[in-house]
Amino acid sequence: MADDRLVAPGPPSEEPVGFDVTGAAAGARRALPIALSVCAYGLVFGVLAQQAQLSLLDVALMSGFVFAGSAQLIVLSLWSMPLPIATILLTTLIVNLRNLLLGAAISPWFLRISPLKAYVTLFFMSDENWALTMGEFAKGRRNAAFLLGSGLILYVAWVGSTVVGRTLGDVVHDPARFGLDFAFTAVFLSLLVGLWKGKSDLLPWVVAAVVAVAAAHFLPGKWYILLGGVSGSIAGVVRHAD
Amino acid sequence: MQTSFPALLTILGMALVTYGTRISGFWLMRYVTLSTRMKAWLGFLPGTVIVAIVAPTVFSTGLAEAGAAVATVLVMARTRNVLLAMIVGIGAVWGLRLLQASLR
Repeated sequence: MADDRLVAPGPPSEEPVGFDVTGAAAGARRALPIALSVCAYGLVFGVLAQQAQLSLLDVALMSGFVFAGSAQLIVLSLWSMPLPIATILLTTLIVNLRNLLLGAAISPWFLRISPLKAYVTLFFMSDENWALTMGEFAKGRRNAAFLLGSGLILYVAWVGSTVVGRTLGDVVHDPARFGLDFAFTAVFLSLLVGLWKGKSDLLPWVVAAVVAVAAAHFLPGKWYILLGGVSGSIAGVVRHAD
Repeated sequence: MQTSFPALLTILGMALVTYGTRISGFWLMRYVTLSTRMKAWLGFLPGTVIVAIVAPTVFSTGLAEAGAAVATVLVMARTRNVLLAMIVGIGAVWGLRLLQASLR
């Protein structure tokens, strides 16, 4: 379960944690293959954003300021006029709450560099480069700029590919005719396969699915996402936390 | 290239909320430790939120969507290739819809 990764003990107290160009360059190199798959995901986001009627500027601003693939993708399904701003922000919060875990796990190293460097670097923290960086730290390397370098490469890949995808979207008309409306669901299903950690996920996922299907049937709008997600995760805690 | 005031406001709000979640775990660790239950809850969230997003499409739209969902998950589980799984899923939904339409 997710809390296994929180037992990382942190750096030995007598050794300093570095933050320099060497570390950033190493991070950038290691993140390159991941940047390629981020590009594929970004292209899909861009095409779907066009269907949701986001402008090219909207896409560039959102990718540049938010830089969070799954949250941005989910928000597309909520993007209708007039914009339900409160629902969108609440959904963004719920989807991104896991960042709290990532930040908490990486804090033993980042508490040893200047706060300014730490707070700038954390803007570029995503699931992928967080995992890479924790792997580096586990091997005893202590250069916190690794997270910044790997994050910057993923950032460039994400902003660039979503903008290109949005431009391509103008060429594809009537996506449902080619099954492209299913792309959104397909991306999430693939992500789910990667998130499956074993039997302890079964009950929370079943609860989430049942609640979501019922809520989608009886309630207007997209409340089923929050209701299903929150009730499923609570079911998981009640069943497994003790 | 254009945007609207509500869109801009929404995007900026999303940016603030997201950055907030990125720094608050780090910030909190200066003062407190998360309880086991809290960690477990945060750990379950990404999966259950995504299940909730896809469940209505997969389970209550039609046979084509359900079949394509199974195909996507199988390909992803075997190959761990997001791009391939997506292409198979889209192809499957396209084919199954054609099939359904021709049977009617």
